[in-house]
Amino acid sequence: MLKFIEQLINGLQTGSIYALIALGYTMVYGIAKMINFAHGDIIMVGAYSLYVTVSLFKLPIPAAVIITIAFCSLLGVIVERIAYKPLRNAPRLAVLITAIGVSYFLQSAALLIFKATPLPFSSIVNVPPLKIADITISGNTLVTLFVTFASMILLTLFIQKTKHGTAMRAVSEDQAAAKLMGININLTIALTFAIGSALAAVAGVLYLSQYQIVKPTMGALPGIKAFVAAVLGGIGNIPGAMLGGLILGIVESLSKAYISTELADAIVFGILVLVLLLRPAGLLGTKKHEKV
Amino acid sequence: MSKSKMKNLLIIIAGFLLITVLLKGEFLNRQYTSLLVPMGINIILAVSLNLVAGFLGELSLGHAGFMSIGAYTGAIITLNTGLPPVAAMTLALICGGITAAIFGFLIGVPVLRLNGDYLAIVTLAFGEIIKSILNALPFTNGAKGLTGIPKYSDHKNYTLVYILMIVTVIVIRNFVKSRDGRAVTAIRDNAIATESIGISTARYKVTAFVLSAFFAGIAGVLYAHNVGLIKPTTFDYNKSIEILVIVVLGGMGSIQGSIIAAVILTVLPELLRGTDDFRMLLYASVLIIMMIFNHSKIKEGLMNNRTTGKLFGKKGGL
Repeated sequence: MLKFIEQLINGLQTGSIYALIALGYTMVYGIAKMINFAHGDIIMVGAYSLYVTVSLFKLPIPAAVIITIAFCSLLGVIVERIAYKPLRNAPRLAVLITAIGVSYFLQSAALLIFKATPLPFSSIVNVPPLKIADITISGNTLVTLFVTFASMILLTLFIQKTKHGTAMRAVSEDQAAAKLMGININLTIALTFAIGSALAAVAGVLYLSQYQIVKPTMGALPGIKAFVAAVLGGIGNIPGAMLGGLILGIVESLSKAYISTELADAIVFGILVLVLLLRPAGLLGTKKHEKV
Repeated sequence: MSKSKMKNLLIIIAGFLLITVLLKGEFLNRQYTSLLVPMGINIILAVSLNLVAGFLGELSLGHAGFMSIGAYTGAIITLNTGLPPVAAMTLALICGGITAAIFGFLIGVPVLRLNGDYLAIVTLAFGEIIKSILNALPFTNGAKGLTGIPKYSDHKNYTLVYILMIVTVIVIRNFVKSRDGRAVTAIRDNAIATESIGISTARYKVTAFVLSAFFAGIAGVLYAHNVGLIKPTTFDYNKSIEILVIVVLGGMGSIQGSIIAAVILTVLPELLRGTDDFRMLLYASVLIIMMIFNHSKIKEGLMNNRTTGKLFGKKGGL
């Protein structure tokens, strides 16, 4: 029982990181109707940015985190401006391939600058572990859970209550109609990329604190898992991304502990296939009826 | 024999002669000699993926999964049966292709309920599931993979690869031009309309997936017997994407385009080798720039221009 609860908490920690990344995927998908394959690599950029600011420039932690988030947001906006905006009316596959190109680009740029050797990095979290009865929850887990849930609440408030959030919802509903209502589409899309990348940066910082190693390809796997999480919850749906991320993290952690480490990925992806077969639009997605 | 058939036959023979002359005359250094077989394999992979992605219009991100099934089946057969090379390779090719086709069928069934990005993610998931299972099974030797596979399809046996490549191209081309193939392209253009005139979309979707998987399996067998060692990580989603990039760059639904793009994208990384560390960066930049250029006003202008328009031909692609 004790082991089960510990694994559950572990799963919750990884799951909440997946959820943060999945939010970026889902927001961009909702608005630009594209799978942003380069999103996973923003995590990597975030991790390297933290490494540079903390280990090389010796900046205080809060400043380093803020710089990291700002840097990633800016990068997200720049990528959108240069690579995706010219293709806004192109077939969706063209945009997908461009996104893959951007992903390769970021990875190889990191490879050039920092070389392939993984760099060690000690956790920036300095919180004492919490003991409840026999269960110890590490400081890292506490901070991860707190930060993730705080970000999710802030994001939900932003999207539901502010003018820009309403604009985002409108654009994802119907871009042409939103434009007629005087919404600045370019600004809204840029804002979406900025927020999505900022969340990825936060995820990168948390991921780095958990695994304590930076390398150029580190964003690929969490990126893919988070993408799966977004689809599991129903892509384009924000609560769905959170739910999908948490489910994925818990399933992964439990199957690693009780079934087999090698098969954990197969189980995670198997669940996705199963869910999609039963609910083709994901757990919380709404199925759109096709009009003839 | 009609004129166009004669022309195609001539191209096939000329291609074969060109490779023979280049190899026997030792015009190529070792680097480029070793690219011949991968080029053929990439053409098979790209043309077979084009059937699903270009003609059926469903994005598949799991093509490397089918390839890995073919590769493992083929390698296990040649490693364990102890048959003479020709018999072993024939059996490996047939079994590799058929096993991959069976998995193609298994994946084709969920396809019937899903479409668009959801289907893409399911094919990606299937690829990852296959990789993860290959990692865990005892007889595939886990993460270490299979080694010492006899090299029955390396550059010394390029005839085999060349023949299989031609067979793939002809089969897919003829399929696309057949009644069944027209049904497949009709589904891509408008699924509802297709169904309303009495074509079973389910049947044709699955057929396309099975055929595509079969040839991916063949390509996998050739790959295994060219490199001599296979690992589950060789066939991850990056490999699937590599193939998809070829198809998209060559032009969706264009077999010629797939062939040309496969040749270019196999040679390109080798040409860029001189630039060393910048190789991947350049490759990525070329990819982005090409996609943006393909859909830019500049290209539109060039295509409408009388002299430069001929360079590009009428339809998209490269």
